Amino acid sequence: MKEELFVSGRNIPNIDPFLNIWHWEIPVYLYLGGISAGIMFFAGLFTVLGKEKEMPTTVKWSTFLVPVALVLGLFALFLDLKHQLFFWRLYTTIRIESPMSWGAWTLMFITPLSMVWAASYIKELIPGWKWKLGILDTIEDLVIKTRKPLAWAMMALAIVLGVYTGILLSAFNARPLWNTSILGPLFLVSGLSTGLAAIIWMSKSHFERTVLTKIDIVLIGVELFLIIHLFMGFLAGSAVKIEAAELFLGGEFTTAFWGFVVILGLIIPVILEILELIGFKIPIWIPSILVLIGGLIFRFIMVEAGQITRFLY
Amino acid sequence: MKTRRDFIKVSAAGAGAAAIGLSALNWNGVNTAQASNSQNPVSDEEMTSFPTYCEVCFWKCAGWTYVDKNNNIRKIIGNKEDPHCSGRLCPRGTGGVGMYTDNDRLKTPLIRETVNGKQGFRKASWSEALDLVASKMKGVADNYGPESFALFNHGAPGAHFKHLLHAYGSENEGEPAWAQCRGPREVGFSATYGSWIGSPEPTDIRDTDCLVLIGSHLGENMHNGQVQEVSTVIDRGATIITVDPRLSTIASKSKYWLPIKPATDLALLLSWIHVLIYEDIYDKKYIEQYAMGFDQLKAHVKNMTPEWAYGITTIQPDVIRKTAREMANASPSVIVHPGRHVVWYGDDSQRERAIAILNALLGSWGKRGGFYFKEALKVPKYPHPEYPHAHWSWKDNLDGKYPLSAMGITTELLKASIPEFDYKHQIKAWLVAGTNLPLTIPDKELFQTAAQSVEFIAVVDTMPMDITAYADVILPECTYLERYDTIRSAPHREPNIALRMPAVKPKYETKPSWWIAKQLGERLGLAAYFDYDDYEEVLDWQLKKLGTSLEEMQKIGVKIFDRQSGPLYLADGEDYTFNTNTGKIELYSTEFEDHGFDPLPKFTKHPEPEEGFYRLIYGRAPMHTFSRTSNNPNLYDLMNENTVWVNPKVAELWDLKKDQEVWLQNQDGVVSTFPIKVRITERIRWDSVYMVHGFGHKNKKLTRTYGRGASDSKLITNIMTDPMMGGSGMRGNFVTFLTTDPGKEDDV
Amino acid sequence: MRYGMAIDTAKCVGCGDCVVACQTENNVPNGYCRDWVVENVNGSYPNVEIELRSERCNHCENSPCVRCCPTGASHIVKGGIIMVTHNECIGCGACIESCPYDARYSHPEGYVDKCTFCQHRLEKGQNTACVEVCPTTCLHFGDLEDPYSDVSLALKNRTWKVLAPEAGTKPQLFFLT
Ligand SMILES: Nc1nc2c(c(=O)[nH]1)N[C@H]1C(S)=C(S)[C@@H](COP(=O)(O)OP(=O)(O)OC[C@H]3O[C@@H](n4cnc5c(=O)[nH]c(N)nc54)[C@H](O)[C@@H]3O)O[C@H]1N2
Ligand SMILES: Nc1nc2c(c(=O)[nH]1)N[C@H]1C(S)=C(S)[C@@H](COP(=O)(O)OP(=O)(O)OC[C@H]3O[C@@H](n4cnc5c(=O)[nH]c(N)nc54)[C@H](O)[C@@H]3O)O[C@H]1N2
Ligand code: SF4
Ligand code: SF4
Ligand code: SF4
Ligand code: SF4
Ligand code: SF4
Ligand SMILES: [Mo]
Repeated sequence: MKEELFVSGRNIPNIDPFLNIWHWEIPVYLYLGGISAGIMFFAGLFTVLGKEKEMPTTVKWSTFLVPVALVLGLFALFLDLKHQLFFWRLYTTIRIESPMSWGAWTLMFITPLSMVWAASYIKELIPGWKWKLGILDTIEDLVIKTRKPLAWAMMALAIVLGVYTGILLSAFNARPLWNTSILGPLFLVSGLSTGLAAIIWMSKSHFERTVLTKIDIVLIGVELFLIIHLFMGFLAGSAVKIEAAELFLGGEFTTAFWGFVVILGLIIPVILEILELIGFKIPIWIPSILVLIGGLIFRFIMVEAGQITRFLY
Repeated sequence: MKTRRDFIKVSAAGAGAAAIGLSALNWNGVNTAQASNSQNPVSDEEMTSFPTYCEVCFWKCAGWTYVDKNNNIRKIIGNKEDPHCSGRLCPRGTGGVGMYTDNDRLKTPLIRETVNGKQGFRKASWSEALDLVASKMKGVADNYGPESFALFNHGAPGAHFKHLLHAYGSENEGEPAWAQCRGPREVGFSATYGSWIGSPEPTDIRDTDCLVLIGSHLGENMHNGQVQEVSTVIDRGATIITVDPRLSTIASKSKYWLPIKPATDLALLLSWIHVLIYEDIYDKKYIEQYAMGFDQLKAHVKNMTPEWAYGITTIQPDVIRKTAREMANASPSVIVHPGRHVVWYGDDSQRERAIAILNALLGSWGKRGGFYFKEALKVPKYPHPEYPHAHWSWKDNLDGKYPLSAMGITTELLKASIPEFDYKHQIKAWLVAGTNLPLTIPDKELFQTAAQSVEFIAVVDTMPMDITAYADVILPECTYLERYDTIRSAPHREPNIALRMPAVKPKYETKPSWWIAKQLGERLGLAAYFDYDDYEEVLDWQLKKLGTSLEEMQKIGVKIFDRQSGPLYLADGEDYTFNTNTGKIELYSTEFEDHGFDPLPKFTKHPEPEEGFYRLIYGRAPMHTFSRTSNNPNLYDLMNENTVWVNPKVAELWDLKKDQEVWLQNQDGVVSTFPIKVRITERIRWDSVYMVHGFGHKNKKLTRTYGRGASDSKLITNIMTDPMMGGSGMRGNFVTFLTTDPGKEDDV
Repeated sequence: MRYGMAIDTAKCVGCGDCVVACQTENNVPNGYCRDWVVENVNGSYPNVEIELRSERCNHCENSPCVRCCPTGASHIVKGGIIMVTHNECIGCGACIESCPYDARYSHPEGYVDKCTFCQHRLEKGQNTACVEVCPTTCLHFGDLEDPYSDVSLALKNRTWKVLAPEAGTKPQLFFLT
């Protein structure tokens, strides 16, 4: 029999018996970041493609969600900090190797950009809206004039943000569940998909919904592929990786992951979306909400489970 | 007249009405939140250090208490000059800070009172509490004679109260260090060599080539100097042979681990003696020159072959031979360690005799790498009038029982407190200082009946330990970090002394023992015995007689003196007279014979557990001292409860899971008060279970440790008393597992 | 200069003195610790072996905790000691996640704390508190680049291992076997 124990009675809060330093704040932060990335990406994409008219929800209305989501996300991140008075320290340095630093700076740029973008559509949303300050009109004019380059920038930053939500975790070599290069693309795709789901839910245009649903089906397909790939990678890996995978293959996260994330959050919505495309009447909010909830649970599970996994020695 | 009977009834009725009474009085004052620890480390130069010697156990390591500018005690560091610790304290000594910072400490004197039929404690002033104790002592002296007043003590407070007791006219004093600890080995060794082992043990471990441990679990038994010396044995790659039913830490580092069947050590020892003699590998020159009784011994062990011992001990004959030869090869640089807590099976003095004999055959007594000749400095007595004559003492009750007991037998004092025992002389009241009797003395019923029987109990302690719940008056002592005490002068390779002085003022309203004793003395009209205002005067007077001064000692803490008694070891062939009846090492004990005991140790079989029961063995955890540290905030961090060690085979049989809580029930149906978690481990035999002593506290005022783990003492109800010296053999108890809560049992 | 520590598992008795000494030296609050002791039991009765390891931050040469820190609070100082500047730390927990040895903890005051190799003592020419106190002298500390330092000498004559080498952090704690 093998036995391992701490004889010095170690029992550090949030570290023992397994790491649990990140609670709900981080998955919520990652989730909101992912949705924002999704919305901004598609807003940028269809602007670049010159489809503002056909895709008004995507390009205009859904973007109003983004600043809200980002600010909420940042607030969640702030709540996670244990030494909040020193929050500003994030912005006195750029740490190239630190995903956390990356994220902070990305948000530093993307949040004002998203605000400006949404604001530039406010007059279309609320006819008769007047800026109180003259300067804002000038800015608005500028934004409207440079919309195309801004759209490119937004797409690029959205991808950075989306990938970042995954890399934040995958950069941690110490947590076998996270330490896989698939996590970046997986979180990006999942972020894009949840962003789409939000837009689809909001959209009133059948055309727009159809276009987006088609994209979403592809994204979910990719996501499922990445998930399978993820587990194949784990099972082919070292003992700690296999142990990590086992949390999902019979371990304590099995039902939550396969039931809520994969089946309810990906497979059922994709079936419903296909059914809708081929003409069945499906209330549009059902697949959207499933994808949105699935995405949230996915992040909760990944953050939680990842912290349990560790090197054994 | 109050009796404890009331109190115990009260506390037995449900969650403890007495406890409620206590908390209503806010016994310990406000639980101030732990001071912020956020300050960065303070460098040693920014602190002041004061000499002390440690009181967390009786090894008494000398060290320095570091105090920062805000008068916070930050740390305690060993004194590099001190032979007890060489500058390194053990975890308990390092964690001694927690004795000072513990918010649960006793804070003010407390007096038992009854309000609306409910007993509880109320705060009292020192003068009121001292007046009360003194008047009770006077009362006892007037009504029954001062001899009827007994002192239970252990550690530093003992010296001060013994002085008070003797001045008052009683010699009825006992400490667990004898009958619950090391008595048998002093009896066994003094019968053989005419000398006690004493403390610290004069084992020359740092130079030994072969260390044999009979149960002694050095490394868990954290007696510092020995542990440090054992580490050099490992460095040197010398042989360690450990006999223990459990893979103790030191067993895991030993060349040989002999997982003996418990209670059979004497057979192993005798067979080792057999091998040494019959393989002719004992130290002939040494035996011829210094020993007597060899022929009798040889005849005695003739049939005690390894094969004979194998049937008893389960140790393979070839292992017995091999290990005996290892010892002989190393001879005389070999130590068969006498152990320390040796009250196991009632024949302990005889087991210790066998150990002493084995050492003699190996020629290790008085030899480098064996036992050195220790020396201590005699600290002159501060002048005081002669003590009055005590008309009787506990000895007079014995009627010839336990003739070899050289110190007070705690359990006999307890029996003398119970009228039903019908002793010639009765004890009527107690002072308890520095010993937690309910967890220290096995056979709780005996203790409780005695506590119910006496008229008055005063307790001097630093913590609201279980003993305080039996007190009529509780006198809070300050910790060792806050007081002066007697000069430490313990035997060692070189005579040495150490000073303990306060590093900070006593917290709360606590006071040092010397002050309490003096105050009581003055109230009893014994002021002449306490002819000083401050203990500093006593110390300075004594130190000056020793050629130093309080001032010097305050700077250096420890002083080493030159030996006066001659060399550390016997020279080859040197003449030497031992302090025995014959002047020789007595392989055949004339002293034992004179008292009608076996002059040569005999193996007797001890009872074994019935089916479904396991022998209860216990020991130390390196980070705790008995029951005194389990509430210490620093040490609690390291270990906050004990577990019961169970062999995986046994666990399977009982379907026990790791960390599952079980209750233990012993052969007499006594059940542990609290559940204890199971540790399933290959480190123990399947016929025994093991637990660390000192847990299972029942006083709720110990906010950390209350109810954590189980008390071994409670399960030790079968006492196998040593007929020679009255030791309480504690290892003849067997337990079984209860996996469901047996319910609140009546704990009277 | 490159500080490192060697832990002699053959001598350690698992007493936890190193843990209390660190607690009192460095003001580690009750309930937390910068170092700890692990017991590993292998085999079956009566052929059982115990390994006792006093563990702490490995002061990894390739330290993920420094890399992932967004503020630079976690940094490397002379001798390769990994330090955390308390008032630069925002308490994001990234470094805690990044450490394969779970050597860091979140101090109740918010910042992250861990073993500093007692840098404040090294500066004064003193040894670390845990090494100084260990009753079995099973901890060896010093400059790995100095062939005569206590730690180098300990490593020279013995076999040793590091923990989780596959994590790739190049730990500087060596466990003598
Ligand atoms: N950390 C710490 N150290 C201490 C103390 C403390 O409280 N805490 N107390 C000090 C004091 S006062 C004392 S007296 C000493 C006591 O320390 P020791 O004298 O070393 O204690 P032992 O009685 O040998 O008891 C413990 C060992 O005996 C083994 N054992 C049990 N039954 C048998 C048996 O039948 N045969 C054999 N061979 N072994 C058996 C147990 O498995 C255990 O390993 O420790 C001292 N050191
Ligand atoms: N079941 C069982 N019983 C045992 C043992 C065992 O292993 N198992 N071991 C036996 C042995 S070897 C021994 S030596 C004895 C030890 O027996 P004790 O010395 O009684 O052991 P402790 O439980 O430490 O109790 C010490 C008491 O002194 C108090 N105290 C500590 N410091 C001070 C101080 O500075 N001043 C005052 N006034 N009080 C102080 C503590 O708070 C505590 O109440 O126990 C023996 N009894
Ligand atoms: S051995 Fe430990 S507890 Fe005992 S006196 Fe020394 S330092 Fe104190
Ligand atoms: S102080 Fe030394 S012997 Fe004790 S646990 Fe730490 S490293 Fe091991
Ligand atoms: S052990 Fe952990 S905290 Fe220490 S340097 Fe390595 S990664 Fe960083
Ligand atoms: S918790 Fe502090 S030290 Fe750790 S990564 Fe965040 S800012 Fe850096
Ligand atoms: S080196 Fe210093 S900080 Fe690190 S564990 Fe040891 S005592 Fe603690
Ligand atoms: Mo003892």
